[in-house]
Amino acid sequence: MSNGIATGVSPESGRVILIARVFVHAACLLPLAWLVWTGLYRDLGANPIEYITRFLGDWTLRLLLITLTFTPAARLLRVRIVRYRRAVGLYCFFYAVCHFVTYIWLDQFFDWPSIVEDIAKRPFILAGFTAFVLLIPLAATSNGAAVRWLQHRWNKLHRLVYVIAIVGLLHYWWLVRADFLKAWIYLVILAILLGYRLVRFAAARGGVSR
Amino acid sequence: MLIQITKRSQPEPSEITPHAVYMRRREFIKAGGGVLAAGLLPGVAGAALGPEFGDLPDSRYNTDEELTSYHNVTTYNNFYELGTGKADPHKNADKLVTEPWNIKVSGECNKPGVYALEDFVKPHKLEDRIYRLRCVEAWSMVIPWVGFEVAEVVKRCEPNSNARYVAFTTILDPENLSEQRRRTLNWPYKEGLRLDEAMNPLAIFAVGLYGKVLPNQNGAPLRLVVPWKYGFKSIKSIVAMEFTRDEPPTAWGRAAPREYGFYSNVNPQVSHPRWSQRRERRIGEFRKRKTRMFNGYEDEVGHLYAGMDLKKHF
Repeated sequence: MSNGIATGVSPESGRVILIARVFVHAACLLPLAWLVWTGLYRDLGANPIEYITRFLGDWTLRLLLITLTFTPAARLLRVRIVRYRRAVGLYCFFYAVCHFVTYIWLDQFFDWPSIVEDIAKRPFILAGFTAFVLLIPLAATSNGAAVRWLQHRWNKLHRLVYVIAIVGLLHYWWLVRADFLKAWIYLVILAILLGYRLVRFAAARGGVSR
Repeated sequence: MLIQITKRSQPEPSEITPHAVYMRRREFIKAGGGVLAAGLLPGVAGAALGPEFGDLPDSRYNTDEELTSYHNVTTYNNFYELGTGKADPHKNADKLVTEPWNIKVSGECNKPGVYALEDFVKPHKLEDRIYRLRCVEAWSMVIPWVGFEVAEVVKRCEPNSNARYVAFTTILDPENLSEQRRRTLNWPYKEGLRLDEAMNPLAIFAVGLYGKVLPNQNGAPLRLVVPWKYGFKSIKSIVAMEFTRDEPPTAWGRAAPREYGFYSNVNPQVSHPRWSQRRERRIGEFRKRKTRMFNGYEDEVGHLYAGMDLKKHF
């Protein structure tokens, strides 16, 4: 099993895994903690709502890319890290929810006609909304019971993450006015991560095992 | 004329505008550097931040809406030459070298030439102009500018009968402005107005805000302010002004012609691909407010666009 502590590991590695888990949770919560701390004790700038929205959106995208890094990193570096992926994926969803709620609540203040118009008329908002909606089934089926229930269909369903990553990056790309540096960095990373999978997929089809 | 009477009732420039102070502004800024830093600390805000223009006459175009704080006006800026983040221009403000500063006047006019900043500003009576500023990104501010009407400068340049537009150019200095070494925009930044727009009394050249010399991040030493248009039309740090026959190209218009039209009048009915323009967030406020046609200056500028399809000429 890729998720959870594998049976038969020694107590030491159990402790290592526990420490690693704590580290993963702490690392994923760090951006949010920083945001709250800055908001309370420092300054989010002249337009705090814009700042919060962008910050949370940025971290959603980053955590999504990090989630996609687990498999290639585990294979290439031969480290057993895939067991931590679920937590990172769920944090990605958590930041997406915060980002979405910030938009609905702080930015639009529940102005539903405006929100509907935004989704219909603004391509970048439609893309972001689509990516968010697609994340929901993945988050909902991230527990062990869902994995057992869906069996091989679970893998198929969770391939949606590739679509989400592309649509999520499109959301960001369409938002940028002129400075595409960060957008390009995200794009190159995503291209490498998806390219790796394409190469493996093509190799597997060609009958080559590795 | 009514305007003439108003003007006559106002004191002479020499009485109200301490030009001597203005000419020596760099000394004040240097001396005030420490104060400037201190001014950003809570509690000390509002302290004297460099040279002041003294008591200037108010304008009849002033809004009585609550002013956006000096801190917010000077720390939240779109000035890509100093970085593309909102806080970058404030952080990188010292990268803009404003001395010496010349303005080149050229094109279809009888008085072309290169003017030193002081000579460009000297003939004009400075006044306070409290305007709303509406950014295309759907946020807005209320800023007390110090400036003078573009119309006065245009008259002084004596445009000929071929002149239909005025084009403005921002400083090009990639050596100091590192952002200009990247192709974020097609440098130098350019903007333009139709001549009758430039002649409208709302259009001003600003040399200060909050009664003080314009901070670099706000477009020192000389910038345009056209409050009925989206903020990017109000070009900063102007080094050239050219009278043209044809509509001049603009920086954002070249970057994304579908998004940024030549006119770019504030118009809640014409939405932008990224931002609904129906509402805006006034900086410092939580809830958005409705955006007004021509940013609330319809009475002053509406006639300029009579008979034009503003959805087409956005």
